[in-house]
Amino acid sequence: MQEKAISHKELLPHLFRQEYTKMTAVLCRHFGLKHIEIAEDIASDTFLKASENWALNGVPENPAAWLYTVAKNKAKDHLKHLTIIETQNETATDKIQAEHNFEFNNQNITDSQLAMIFAVCNPANSTEAQICLALQILYGFSLEEIANVFLAKTETIKKRLHRARTNLRNDNFQIRNLNENEIQSRLDTVLRTLYLLFNEGYFSKTNNHLIRKDLCSEAARLTLILTENQLTNVKQANALLALMCYQSSRLDARTNTKGEAILFEQQDKSLWDKTLIEKGNFYLVNACNGTEISKYHLEAGIAYWHTTPADQNKWQHILQLYNQLILIEYSPVTALNRTFAFAKVYGNKQAISEAEKLNLTESNYYHELLGYLYTEINIDKAINYYERAIGLTKSRAEKQTLAKEIERLKEKKGVNRHKR
Amino acid sequence: MKEFALIFRLNNIADFKPSPEQMQERMNWLAGIAAQNKLADKGNTLLPVPGSARTVKPDNIVTDGPYTEIKEFISGYVVVRAETIEEAVEMAKGNPIFKIGGNIEVREVLKRD
Repeated sequence: MQEKAISHKELLPHLFRQEYTKMTAVLCRHFGLKHIEIAEDIASDTFLKASENWALNGVPENPAAWLYTVAKNKAKDHLKHLTIIETQNETATDKIQAEHNFEFNNQNITDSQLAMIFAVCNPANSTEAQICLALQILYGFSLEEIANVFLAKTETIKKRLHRARTNLRNDNFQIRNLNENEIQSRLDTVLRTLYLLFNEGYFSKTNNHLIRKDLCSEAARLTLILTENQLTNVKQANALLALMCYQSSRLDARTNTKGEAILFEQQDKSLWDKTLIEKGNFYLVNACNGTEISKYHLEAGIAYWHTTPADQNKWQHILQLYNQLILIEYSPVTALNRTFAFAKVYGNKQAISEAEKLNLTESNYYHELLGYLYTEINIDKAINYYERAIGLTKSRAEKQTLAKEIERLKEKKGVNRHKR
Repeated sequence: MKEFALIFRLNNIADFKPSPEQMQERMNWLAGIAAQNKLADKGNTLLPVPGSARTVKPDNIVTDGPYTEIKEFISGYVVVRAETIEEAVEMAKGNPIFKIGGNIEVREVLKRD
């Protein structure tokens, strides 16, 4: 008995995350976006019932099937209840136009989730709001978890979500029959949001490794849904998925057991996930089967070169891709990464003048890069830049990593003086 | 911020087709400006070869290419953002075109509305 109780406690949060968003997507598609709250209530009730029932009777043999049966019955009850009200009140304006019969089968779940991705990525909402909404509706994150991702107050997130959800409900988006026009008009926004969701995990402000992994794997799962539908399986989606696979392959190698970041060059390459690298290759080949070059193609290309062993022209290729990328879209991160690649090809001395021109004095990464470039040239300057980087970064793990590097440089300096 | 067009001129048509190394240098220079967020327009290459270049003059006189009377020809342009013309000139100085005897004219852009 006790064993059952423990397993249900362990299983439920995992299942919740996985099935809650699927369930609401299917119900939303059934009831219409206007009634998203009803869909969410039914899904929540279902999980509440599960936690009560499973605690007493143990986990059923097929937990997901159990959940869907309950959800389906609750939905039917709800519709019956509504029909009674509607016949009593003919003028009811908010009629739910839904058939009573629907199935929670794989096809319906995937189609509903795909439609939900497009519904959430409404250009009427700001990018930030879209991401919050995606975290809540597509990821099943709680308010606290979303606040944790953004290092923001739950109250701020709540307000942001409130506005975004109003737009979602009032949007005339046809979630039931996703058509080509709607896909075309929103595809760029969808890809961008998925890209940002992934990055939110990969370069996350939060130090919680599990949240970061969740953020990344969910973004990849949603992008996979795009590549599995004929209408959305575009080259850009394949390139984006390739990028996500390559980046994910290094997730475990990027932090040590204490959660501190490990620099690329010091990563244990045996921890890289080879299956994911191969998947990345697969989607990159799919993406390059044409003439289109998007920023996802270029970033996937760069990530690909990072997974290869030390080819002597590797950094040349990476620099060329960064050159193309910065011409498509400026971002401070791209500018800094490009300069790092430039240093690898032309040496630190030349790269320092390239770096100084960037003038990104507010960015901790800018000072970090200059610190790195000066390490072999001028230790005092290097230390100085690293100290400024510590002052600017908010991440505790990064402060520690930088402080260690300063210690190492100071020791090195001491040794040098001693030699003289 | 003002905008300045950098107009590239070459002397020798044989220099127009760059080697892979020259191409890489040009890209590095261009991306270096983009990395400062100072590239307003990555511009275009202007083909000087026969069939792609004509000069139209008064009285319906049309000549092949731009190079019958002047030796130099324009090979392309980009538009950069800079506070002053001096800053734009500094950017131009880093271009590899000088290695092959070319030159760059820097001109402030006055936008047509």
